[in-house]
Amino acid sequence: MARIILDPDQLKLTIQRLAHQLTEDGLDVKQTVFIGIQPRGIKFADRVVDQIRKLLPGQKVQYGKLDITFYRDDVRDGIHLPNQTSIDFSIEGKTVILIDDVLYTGRTIRSALDALQDFGRPARVALCALIDRRFSRELPIQPDFCGKTIDSIVSQRVIVEWEHERVVLHEGAGA
Amino acid sequence: MRLKMQLSTKHLLGIRALTREDIELILSTAEQFKDVLQRPVKKVPSLRDVTIVNLFYENSTRTRISFELAEKRLSADTINFTASGSSVSKGETLLDTVNNILSMKVDMVVMRHSASGAPHFLAQHIPAAIVNAGDGINEHPTQGLLDALSMKQALGTLEGIRVAIIGDIMHSRVAMSNIYLLKKMGAEVMVAGPPTLIPPYIQEAFGVKVVYKVREALEWCDVANVLRIQLERQSQPLFSSLREYNLAYGVSRRLLDGLKKDIFIMHPGPINRGVELDSDVADSGHSLILQQVENGVAVRMAVLYLLAGKN
Repeated sequence: MARIILDPDQLKLTIQRLAHQLTEDGLDVKQTVFIGIQPRGIKFADRVVDQIRKLLPGQKVQYGKLDITFYRDDVRDGIHLPNQTSIDFSIEGKTVILIDDVLYTGRTIRSALDALQDFGRPARVALCALIDRRFSRELPIQPDFCGKTIDSIVSQRVIVEWEHERVVLHEGAGA
Repeated sequence: MRLKMQLSTKHLLGIRALTREDIELILSTAEQFKDVLQRPVKKVPSLRDVTIVNLFYENSTRTRISFELAEKRLSADTINFTASGSSVSKGETLLDTVNNILSMKVDMVVMRHSASGAPHFLAQHIPAAIVNAGDGINEHPTQGLLDALSMKQALGTLEGIRVAIIGDIMHSRVAMSNIYLLKKMGAEVMVAGPPTLIPPYIQEAFGVKVVYKVREALEWCDVANVLRIQLERQSQPLFSSLREYNLAYGVSRRLLDGLKKDIFIMHPGPINRGVELDSDVADSGHSLILQQVENGVAVRMAVLYLLAGKN
């Protein structure tokens, strides 16, 4: 059984709202970098950054992609294949906006924070997530910018289906 | 292309036991590790709770350093063991030595041994993952993999490329691993050198071309992998003198200038300069030798990383 959490219109609106939120409060784009988390956060990050670029025409928005595979804490449980990391700018002293699609246990973000340290020492890191599964957290990590908060149980799965432009909650084993 | 998620083997004993998919997985993972090695912080925490022993029963400089660096870059704990100065000189057997080390809770063993098959023997008797860092005249799989990565980076593919392996084929574990790997990946292979240093069965057994003139091999190939003359493995002289070897089988600037094309030159090191390879070739712009050394760390990181999940 599957339930649609965000349909295409809602997904589009959510992304627009998040982009507005991110650019409000006097965002200093020169001191801010956006980093999407590989692999599934990238498609969401692409869209958010695209919106931000539309909101800030003529300004250089720095956007990178971070792979956290080598920073995971479960190498003994099975190997994960790495993806490309491309951060061709300095994050030293900058505000980093980490972008991922679904915030679940918090372990991916923990790994991303670890990985970021190897690229420099940011002044501040904030997290932007499309979906926050708030009762499934295993680490004390919360989003600063959030598209939608949902209550779900471990046996459910939240999948962002970009081919259909929607977010779906699936019932069944294997979260 | 979708890569499979894990290696088909628990150990890396040789290229012969790997599938084409295994090789593709190792090379693509190595490319990601190469990116890590370009960063300001060249270390990742992947193998933070893994202990690796480097068991070197035979002399080695670059392979041992390369493995050690790969292990440190992955945050593994390492122990270095060299046969000289150890209890091996008191008569301890290989299995006893390794079992003693394993009692100290070691997860992986990187092993170099002068006897062909030594790591295969260990793999049958101990539970740890074993990486062959060169066994006798059998195989040197990580060298084969790093050579392949260097060729792939230089030429864009391994499929259909022409590789000439030149020199002491008879005593070379590098040649064996290269032949197994390149044939699996669809490259064409030729071996060249003195007839006394080329096994007579090699053409039938491995489907490689054989020539005895180095010029002919150079004219044919895209990449020339020049091997070291391994005098220490020859029980009787197999050619008259180093000087004559250089004149007849050495790769020189004059030979390369005579070709109507550019080719890439590789060498697994250490180079006998002025014997199998002249200095002005080894240090030229078409030499991939230093890239090979750099790729060695990335390839070994990939192998250790991919095997760590198999424990």
